[in-house]
Amino acid sequence: MAQPTLECSGLRKAFDDLVAVDDVGFRIEPGETYGLLGPNGAGKTTSISMISGLLVRDGGSVVIGGKEMTTTSLETKALLGLVPQEIAIYPDLTARENLVFFGKLYGMSGKGLLGRVDEVLGVIGLTDRADDRSEEFSGGMKRRLNIGIGLLHKPSLLILDEPTVGVDPQSRNAILESVEQLSGEGMAVLYTTHYMEEAERLCDRVGIIDQGKIRAEGTRRELVQLVGQRDRIRLTATGGLEPAVTALSDLTAVEEADACDGEIDLLVSNAGEHLTEILSVVTGTGVSVSGVDIDEPNLESVFLHLTGRALRD
Amino acid sequence: MRAAWTIAVKDLKQRLRDRSAIIVGIIAPLVLAAIFSFVFNPIEDFEFSATYVVVDQDGGPAARLFVDQVLGAMAADDTITVDELDTVEAARVLVDVEVDPFAEDVQSADAAFILPAGFSATVVSADPATIEVLAGRGSQTAAGVAVAVAEQFASQLQTARVAAATAEFYGLEGDRAEIGLRALGVPNLATVADAEATSKILNGTTFYAAGLAIFFLFFTVQFGVNGMLEERHAGTLPRLLAAPIPKFAIVAGKAITAAIMGVVSMSVLVVATSLMFGAEWGNPLGVLLLIFGGIFAAIGIMGIVGAFAKTAEQAQVYSSIIAVVLGFMGGTFFPVGQSGGLLAQLRFVTPHAWFMQGLGDLAGGNVADVFPAVFALVVFGVVCGTLAALGIRRGLAA
Repeated sequence: MAQPTLECSGLRKAFDDLVAVDDVGFRIEPGETYGLLGPNGAGKTTSISMISGLLVRDGGSVVIGGKEMTTTSLETKALLGLVPQEIAIYPDLTARENLVFFGKLYGMSGKGLLGRVDEVLGVIGLTDRADDRSEEFSGGMKRRLNIGIGLLHKPSLLILDEPTVGVDPQSRNAILESVEQLSGEGMAVLYTTHYMEEAERLCDRVGIIDQGKIRAEGTRRELVQLVGQRDRIRLTATGGLEPAVTALSDLTAVEEADACDGEIDLLVSNAGEHLTEILSVVTGTGVSVSGVDIDEPNLESVFLHLTGRALRD
Repeated sequence: MRAAWTIAVKDLKQRLRDRSAIIVGIIAPLVLAAIFSFVFNPIEDFEFSATYVVVDQDGGPAARLFVDQVLGAMAADDTITVDELDTVEAARVLVDVEVDPFAEDVQSADAAFILPAGFSATVVSADPATIEVLAGRGSQTAAGVAVAVAEQFASQLQTARVAAATAEFYGLEGDRAEIGLRALGVPNLATVADAEATSKILNGTTFYAAGLAIFFLFFTVQFGVNGMLEERHAGTLPRLLAAPIPKFAIVAGKAITAAIMGVVSMSVLVVATSLMFGAEWGNPLGVLLLIFGGIFAAIGIMGIVGAFAKTAEQAQVYSSIIAVVLGFMGGTFFPVGQSGGLLAQLRFVTPHAWFMQGLGDLAGGNVADVFPAVFALVVFGVVCGTLAALGIRRGLAA
């Protein structure tokens, strides 16, 4: 098995009597995007602060690229790109100056640095505004520059802490596309969010965190199955629906089948996997299907099931 | 060290664009030095002058000694006039004249000395000798000098009494009054003159230029030292801490920024006030040593504020209070050292006073004379810098 880019285990941090993070652990493989999904105050930022060596942990270990991370591990820190939740740029410097400054802190210099800066400006869509002071930028542009700084030195692990908070839908989409592109290039990404849609779109695996603990972890499908959630398929159909329902009920994948008002309502274990078979059975009974609507359980419902609360509570 | 320089260069670029550092570090002290030099009666242009009258109701040898020798010696200087009057009433009239500085040829006196009848006899008696001084309504300084002269003579009278009594005790030959008067001798006025003006006093323009330079230096270095809090406020501190650079490099970067800003500010002020206002700072090497010492002390003291303040705004308020209090206590606006008393001693708990003292020593001596002041400034820097470093370390570890 290949060495994981990040392996952390047993992370613990308490502030006086408040235990902010308790026994948090997960691993991220190269090229994988791992999401930490949880509401505000769940312990995401504290976990990230320990992983990135900003915060002294009370317990546990963090290993990045085979190297232990502490607050003084400069070699390990070089493997990491951090995009803090707050926009961490210098408003009175231009976009290019911001990138060059942080590039130098990561040991980059000369033509290599300048070339990489141009490359990143392209990735974040700020080439045309490279020499404008960032104080003149919109919130979305600042967010993109914030991300650009994090990926400038081509880190093995990019940590994005709620990178889309407070940005317009257009910029959010641009940010999400950038992250998808990065994981496609082999960079491991740790992405924290309380937006369920972002976690579902970007993350190969998700850890659901609440009150400082990882409640569940896995792919979206695994999480859904873990809590016993099923996909719902609605077929808009004409013809004799009752024989079709009877035939569908015989399928092992179908847990419930019902017909009502020209629709067949099914509860199945995996809609994507069994849809072809279901359609085949239905059309085999002479029913004509004019529409298919699949309602997969989402992470919001998983979170609700695990914690008894909604993500945005 | 490379990372520290990178941070310092970035900070300096920000400060140049911000312009507030240039205003505080160079323009404000320069403008104020010009105003203080030109408007507030510059010290180097101050020329002491006084008009005194004396009424000798005694006419004895001790009284004549005071009138002829003491006041006569003072009157030898063209700036002091001494007139002898016959009556106390005539003297009172002159000291009671309301002085109009713009009126000419109005007869008045800054003070009147009244030597009562029997004054000379007090040399050989147990009664206290009294010289009455009537202060005029004009120059308080001139009146103060009159009182000092009278006190000085009274003190010498006491010496004469002791001499006469001692001679009598041992049975020495001669009249007791004669011995006393001989012991009284000619008063040494040089001691009075020395108390008023040492050779190490700075001229007015230099005093204000130097005072304002060291005063504003504390505001200037604050821009660099508080940079850590500004990084925290801007959200960039976590990014710096996550970078593969030692924490020390961040602190060092801020200190380098403060030091460079301090050196530039002070250098510009030294050159500008020398060329524009004729300030005489003294030996360049000595001045340079004092500037470095002053910057070191300022960074240490402001570093404590930066280390323990919670926000950049809070640090600015604290820094301003500290800079103003230390500036006033240290005598950057007026020579508190010449005021005497507790304030004159207390000033040495401020680096400002040591800086001014160093410049004074340099004016009256050579480069080696600034070493004590530079040493004191370095001690300020080391002690305060250590406290600041501990505070910053605690803050970064949280």
